Amino acid sequence: MNTFEFLLQGLLIAAQPMNLLYALIGVTLGTAVGVLPGIGPALTVALLLPVTYQLDPAGSLIMFAGIYYGGMYGGSTTSILLNTPGESASIVTALEGNKMARAGRGGPALATAAIGSFVAGLIATLGLAFIAPYIVKMALIFGPREYFALMVLAFVTVSSAFGDSTLRGLTSLFVGLALAMIGIDQLSGQARLSFGIPDLLDGIEVTTLAVAMFAIGESLYIAAQGDRGPDKIEAVRGSVWMSATDWARSWKPWLRGTAIGFPIGAMPAGGAEIGTFLSYAAEKRLTKHPEEFGNGAIEGVAGPEAANNASAAGTLVPLLTLGLPTTATAAIMLAGFQQYGLQPGPLLFATNPQLVWGLIASLLIANLMLLVLNLPLIGLWVKLLSIPKPWLYAGIMLFATLGTIGANPSVFELGMLLAFGLLGYAMRVFGYPIAPVVVGLILGPLAEQQLRRALSISQGDLTTLVASPVALVLLLIAAAALIVPLILRARGRGQVLSQLAASED
Amino acid sequence: MTNGTKPADVKRRPDWAALVIAAVLAVIAGVMFWDVSRLSGAAGYSQVGPTTVPYAIAVCLLGLAVWTVFEAWRGDFPEREHQQLGPVFWIVAGLAAQMLLLKVAGFSIATGLLFAFTAAGFGQRKLWKTIPFGIVFAFAVWVVFSKLLQLSLPAGPLEHLFF
Repeated sequence: MNTFEFLLQGLLIAAQPMNLLYALIGVTLGTAVGVLPGIGPALTVALLLPVTYQLDPAGSLIMFAGIYYGGMYGGSTTSILLNTPGESASIVTALEGNKMARAGRGGPALATAAIGSFVAGLIATLGLAFIAPYIVKMALIFGPREYFALMVLAFVTVSSAFGDSTLRGLTSLFVGLALAMIGIDQLSGQARLSFGIPDLLDGIEVTTLAVAMFAIGESLYIAAQGDRGPDKIEAVRGSVWMSATDWARSWKPWLRGTAIGFPIGAMPAGGAEIGTFLSYAAEKRLTKHPEEFGNGAIEGVAGPEAANNASAAGTLVPLLTLGLPTTATAAIMLAGFQQYGLQPGPLLFATNPQLVWGLIASLLIANLMLLVLNLPLIGLWVKLLSIPKPWLYAGIMLFATLGTIGANPSVFELGMLLAFGLLGYAMRVFGYPIAPVVVGLILGPLAEQQLRRALSISQGDLTTLVASPVALVLLLIAAAALIVPLILRARGRGQVLSQLAASED
Repeated sequence: MTNGTKPADVKRRPDWAALVIAAVLAVIAGVMFWDVSRLSGAAGYSQVGPTTVPYAIAVCLLGLAVWTVFEAWRGDFPEREHQQLGPVFWIVAGLAAQMLLLKVAGFSIATGLLFAFTAAGFGQRKLWKTIPFGIVFAFAVWVVFSKLLQLSLPAGPLEHLFF
């Protein structure tokens, strides 16, 4: 069968009434949670994971896809109306979008963000569907050393290539890797770093860590900033519909944003932020209305929003085809797969094509649902934005602990939640990035397995790691991604990199 | 390079908090070395076994600890914003209360306290109002998740009263 037939088959699966319902619940919950200020897609997915515990794998993953896309949509609404973007990928949207909202053009800003996200999501999801089989074919010839090199590259790009300090990025990563060593070693069956505590034998749950670091750590941090007075929400005045000039000025940025965002998301090179910044820069250079930039230019919303959603779909390429999460959100989605014993990667396409193609097809459906859901219901989302902080964060804490209790109602697990929450808080205070810890925890054991397999094959000879051209090239890119930013920062050119920092997504 | 003795106000003093971080990293590395030594002898015939990777990670952590000391000494860490610890204590107390009461009092009461304490951390201190509200809200959540979505959430006296 070719891609087209697989996709059609996937659409048939996704269009089953129950699956449509799951997708609808997913996008609604995803948008509702994603809209809340301070909650990005990573946290949205982590908080809503327990909702899917009792579903079958297909239904759960379809709901997940909806949550993921819904969270991305919700974030853009927050940044346009509140100017405190809930996700780092929406920072750029806030630049122009909030200015538009203040000028009374919030409606068109939301509309161009929503339609742009739809267009980008559609094209990028189709891109995912058509690229995935080729990467799967390529991945099948990958041996352990190539996988190991690929994971090293992902480690470097997630932890130290962007952000304001190589040291702090790497420290976060190695804290995650150290946590990943806890539990029974998968190859030899020996207990490591478990100190005789039975609860630690299974290792540390990725969802516990992610929820603790993102939800509890963030809540503690915001609480510790004290009362800064209420945030100003811009009311949506006038029509949400775009005028003919708005359309004329939006469609090219949508397509350009998609073209920039998708490849960046698809490479094992980190999150959606980079694409949004590049798209913003491109639109600023190409615009016919340069005077409007900084005062609410619609191109500055349309392009980055499209780039944002295109790279969100792009990150699913390495996740589904190689099992390689390149963002915290993808890491949590990988944990979602693992709770059903599914390991994304080339083999999943062979052993479980209905599942993978059902998931891809439901992304298309979720995207359409979001467009329908977002424009008319915008008033409802705006109401969610105005929940007072005490109730909002009290609710976040309730749902954060709910997931952990639902998975494992033990005092020990809640103790870990508290401990990692405090760790996440301390890391925020000292400027350590959070995403590398989560990615290190989930990818650490996989990287270890591949490394040990490669070294067992070569009987302990380390040169085997660079003996294959593919592995060598990947490791060289990883080394460059580590060293070049170090030099840039040492020469005082680090600001650009810290702007591109992946703090949450 | 006039470190320490000269009263040079332009130079920042060593960042003690960052030095503590370096010490913590070194301690984690130490624990990993100790654990690895306990496992040693288990390495397979290719010298690659369960100890290889923890050993490498511990070595890297030690290296990062040294690097952190270096940056702390030069004052390279970013300025930290002033942190109000009161709200942090409220929320931590809420989490601790939930953790300790969960088995005894059930989900709704334990989580209701967490809800009220978190709201208190964010400035809503009227506990006589927020605790009952939190318990009712947590109970509603318990009904939805444990009855409709079949999630196993611990039940206590309040839940047994109704179900």
